[in-house]
Amino acid sequence: MTRLIDRRMGIFLTGLFILTVALPIGNLWMEGKPVPSYAVSLMGKYLCYALLAVALDLVWGYCGILSLGHGAFFALGGYAMGMHLMREIGTRGSYANATLPDFMVFLGWQELPWFWHGFDMFWFAALMAMVVPGLLAFVFGWFAFRSRVTGVYLSIITQALTYALMLAFFRNEMGFGGNNGLTDFKDILGFPLQSDRTRVGLMVASALALAGGLLLARWVTRSRLGQVLVCVRDAESRTRFLGYRVEHYKLFIFTLSAMMAGVAGALYTPQVGIINPGEFSPANSIEIVIWVALGGRGTLVGAALGAILVAFAKTLLTGWMPEFWLFALGALFILVTIALPKGALGAIEGGLGRLRPRSTTATKEARA
Amino acid sequence: MSRPQLLLDGVSRSFDGFKAINNLSIVVEKGELRAVIGPNGAGKTTMMDIITGKTRPDSGKVMWDQKVDLTRMDEADTARLGIGRKFQKPTVFETHSVEDNLRLSLKGGRSVWDTLLHRRTRAEDARVAELLDLIRLSDARNRPAADLSHGQKQWLEIGMLLAQDPQLLLVDEPAAGMTDAETMWTAELLKSIAGERSVIVVEHDMNFVRELGCKVTVLHQGSVLAEGSLAHVSAMPEVVEVYLGR
Repeated sequence: MTRLIDRRMGIFLTGLFILTVALPIGNLWMEGKPVPSYAVSLMGKYLCYALLAVALDLVWGYCGILSLGHGAFFALGGYAMGMHLMREIGTRGSYANATLPDFMVFLGWQELPWFWHGFDMFWFAALMAMVVPGLLAFVFGWFAFRSRVTGVYLSIITQALTYALMLAFFRNEMGFGGNNGLTDFKDILGFPLQSDRTRVGLMVASALALAGGLLLARWVTRSRLGQVLVCVRDAESRTRFLGYRVEHYKLFIFTLSAMMAGVAGALYTPQVGIINPGEFSPANSIEIVIWVALGGRGTLVGAALGAILVAFAKTLLTGWMPEFWLFALGALFILVTIALPKGALGAIEGGLGRLRPRSTTATKEARA
Repeated sequence: MSRPQLLLDGVSRSFDGFKAINNLSIVVEKGELRAVIGPNGAGKTTMMDIITGKTRPDSGKVMWDQKVDLTRMDEADTARLGIGRKFQKPTVFETHSVEDNLRLSLKGGRSVWDTLLHRRTRAEDARVAELLDLIRLSDARNRPAADLSHGQKQWLEIGMLLAQDPQLLLVDEPAAGMTDAETMWTAELLKSIAGERSVIVVEHDMNFVRELGCKVTVLHQGSVLAEGSLAHVSAMPEVVEVYLGR
């Protein structure tokens, strides 16, 4: 049994820690503000993506379930938090209505829909950001895994799931602000969202969530259960004939992953200041898959790194030449699939291993 | 004094009008070693699918230990009941080590919570060491299963079956792709397993079946054509015609 924090996890968490200490210092306490505030929020956003990538890696990298709809769980978490932030606006909205968000007043609604109740409380919204995605994943997985839908077919219906949700959330009657989504947030837990300190706080919270998510994922994957997940991925029917109820394992990891994605979404919304149905778009979900593939599936840390690097490249490229980004992403994906099947992390570790292969294998054998 | 471990009675199953299994009846005693032979398409694999709950029969009875109805169960149920199945193409968990392959197969908790909170025990270590010894893979215990030779994978899979501590082993063409020496040793291994457990071996290789020296059931078009010793069935003209003569 390997350690919970192995070398790659240790290096990543150390880097994450340094970042979470250095950025706030540079932003809040240093002369001349070497770290601009937008950079803090940007990093916070990347860290949410990284957590989302870890969630996908759990199901895809370890259990072989290629979900092309993980953006849906992320967006649902984001909406849950967005609903709370809308309720927090209160009388500061354009229509100064204490209970109804602006868009409801605009639509001429008289009272709050039932599913908006409770979201005035932060703890409830935070809970729902996990429960709603988790419940959807559980119900969806219950039917899909029990009827043994696998492979491409499963990927297609996960894609359909997020697409259907996108169409639904675009409708004004759904009660989630239609195509404008939820925005104009003022504060969270009493802290103004525009202030530097709040931004730093949210970024640090995202870093903690990512670290927690990584450790949880690592704990799960190195347990006996994690080994069974790999069995399901590599030889599903063999696993069944050994007496493992494969659908239960898939359901467990799929639900856990969806909840993790929901947390990422809930942290994302206050940092970008808006959540709209575009987050459900199938292209977003496909991008998550690309992060994980680029970083290295089945490595957790690689998935997180992949998300951060690709999102960073996207920020640079879309600012520089926006129309070029999708081509670059596609090219990158093809390149990695052909040249680095184990992802960037696999390639780096493979390269390091080749530099000093004898010493490491020899010591390993000596220890064994 | 008959103690049937497994009983198939008048079992039929068709796929799109094709009768893969047609009124098949077989009885396997506790501790018996049985070889099942038959030409391609005789229904050998479908028979195994029905016994393990992968396929449901259209009609007929499949009884386990005279009391449990296997037709209502799925693969995981039958595995937990004590039926181990070895596939024709050796199927092991390639990325796991040889040792982990056995550990994952050991009899024990199979639920999500059991495995999430599982801790190793001394008894498990001892059983794994014993099995590694039996299947002659002690030296390879830390190697990924993907590194094993074809024959070694077959043995590992048999070891995984034994780790489950099954009452009945269904073994599909274990000798396929093996060298002569490996084939002989595999026959010895299966003979040593029988007695304590029932073993059904599906095989094409006549030398291997001869080596097993057990009762033989000849399948043809989904039902039993002949049953008895190899010498007995190979002397029957109808068997020679459908199978051995070709």
